[in-house]
Order: sequence, then C-alpha cells, then structure tokens
Amino acid sequence: MPLWLFAFLAALSVISALGVVLQRNPVHCLLALIVTLLAIAVLFIGLGAVTVGFLQAIVYVGAILVLFLFVIWLLNIQALPAERSHLALKFFASVGAAALVAELFVFFARAPATPPAAHPTPDYGSIAQLSVSLFSDYLIAFEVTSVLLLVAIVGAIALARRVPEARASRAVPAEARAAESEGW
Amino acid sequence: MVPTSYFLALSALLFAIGVTGVLVRRNLIVMFMSIEVMLNAVNLAFVTFARAHGSVDGQVIVFFVMTVAAAEAAVGLAIIIAIFRNRETVNADELNLMRW
Repeated sequence: MPLWLFAFLAALSVISALGVVLQRNPVHCLLALIVTLLAIAVLFIGLGAVTVGFLQAIVYVGAILVLFLFVIWLLNIQALPAERSHLALKFFASVGAAALVAELFVFFARAPATPPAAHPTPDYGSIAQLSVSLFSDYLIAFEVTSVLLLVAIVGAIALARRVPEARASRAVPAEARAAESEGW
Repeated sequence: MVPTSYFLALSALLFAIGVTGVLVRRNLIVMFMSIEVMLNAVNLAFVTFARAHGSVDGQVIVFFVMTVAAAEAAVGLAIIIAIFRNRETVNADELNLMRW
C-alpha cells in the first residue's frame, strides 16, 4: 500500500469519524460512519486482509448500519428536540480523549519493535486460509458464535416486541428488524 | 510500505474519537455509532498486528469482533426502541429514573 493512499484513507477516516461525533442530525452521523467504515475496509485490504475487508463492507455497511438507519427512521429522531450542550462535559471529554491519544502513542512508541514484516504467503488473508484457521483452531469459538447470534435474535425480538394491548400498527418494524439481524 | 506504527497511530486516534463521541453526545443512537467507531479502531489494530507478525489469527479475531458487534447492535437497538416506547426519548440525560 503506497504512503499517499494510506494518508488519504487515514485523513478520510479521521474526518468522517469526527463527523460522526460532531454532526447534529443522526442520519448525517450515520452517513459519516459509513464513510469511516469503508475507508477502514480499504485499509484492511491494503494490509492484506482481503476477506476481512470485504466482510467489513458487506456485514457492517450492508447489515449493521442499515439496521441503524431503520431504527432512526422508525423512531423519527429528527422530530425530537435537539440535545442540550454541556460545555464542561465537552471540555473534559476532549481533554480525556487527548490524554488517551497521548497515552496510546507513548504505549506504542515504547513497545518493542515488531519483528520485520514476515513476507506473507501469496494467499495471505484469503478466504481459504482464514477458514482453515477458523474451522481448526477457533472451531469452538465459531460454534459458540452461532449460539450468540441466536440469542441476540431472540433477545432483540423479545425486547422490541410490543405488548399485546398496544397498537398493532407499529409491530411491523420489530419483525423487519428481526429479519434484518437474521438475514446477515 | 507504510510502517506499522502509522496504522497503530490511526487506530489510537479513531479510538479516542469514539470515546469522545460516547462522552459528549447524549443521543443514544449516536453514542452507539461512536461505539462502532471504537470497535473498528480496535479491528484496525488487530489486522495491523496480524500483518506485522505474518499470522492470520488477528483477522480471525476481527471476524469474531464483527459478529459480536452485530449481536450488540441488534440487542442495543431493540433496547433503544423499548426505551423510546416507554419514555418517548432517546436522550441519555432524560433517562434519570435511577439517578440518586
């Protein structure tokens, strides 16, 4: 990955991540988040993680963020009053974030130099290599993951379901959301 | 070839932006999006280290992080919908029933 491409993607992801935090309209925040995730997906591909990069684009942008969008539309967030600003909170949060960045930078700088990048095999990060690892070393974790997703689907339906005496007209989105989380 | 430390610096920066978002914003959905930014910053660090060590294990962990993020988003947004039905708000400051 050439340096100029990294610089472009890094600037794009940082600016759009700032957009997630600073935009007032939640839909704009979501669009900025999509740009961030796609930039990170390209960075993944540049790092050789081709499969993970495409998964990022498909699963995150295609499924999770669409779920966010459905919820924003369902709740009609824009009709709500704007959030009040807390100046002190913003100040301390910014100071804390700056301290966190400084700490992480120091941490990474003091870490022992990583061994020179082992020259990856031609199929590094391919779906074949990833699945060999996934279905041998991480088989149990993989199977537990399926249980986790099942529990999440059932939990989401149970939480979002309306109580029977409530209006039935708004019960449809809950089913749509369940289908969405099931679909990926 | 871009040095590993550049990717780690970008990851740290994105993580801090996500932390700021959770602390500053009061809209529950935007706080959730900031959490997604943090998760992606960590994923970037995982993939970077996987590349630095020539191993594929970090990428497998990213796969699991994505799965957990999907489950977390589904359940979390369901909770937000349930809160909105009961309180007609997604502002974290107005959910102060348990506040002493």
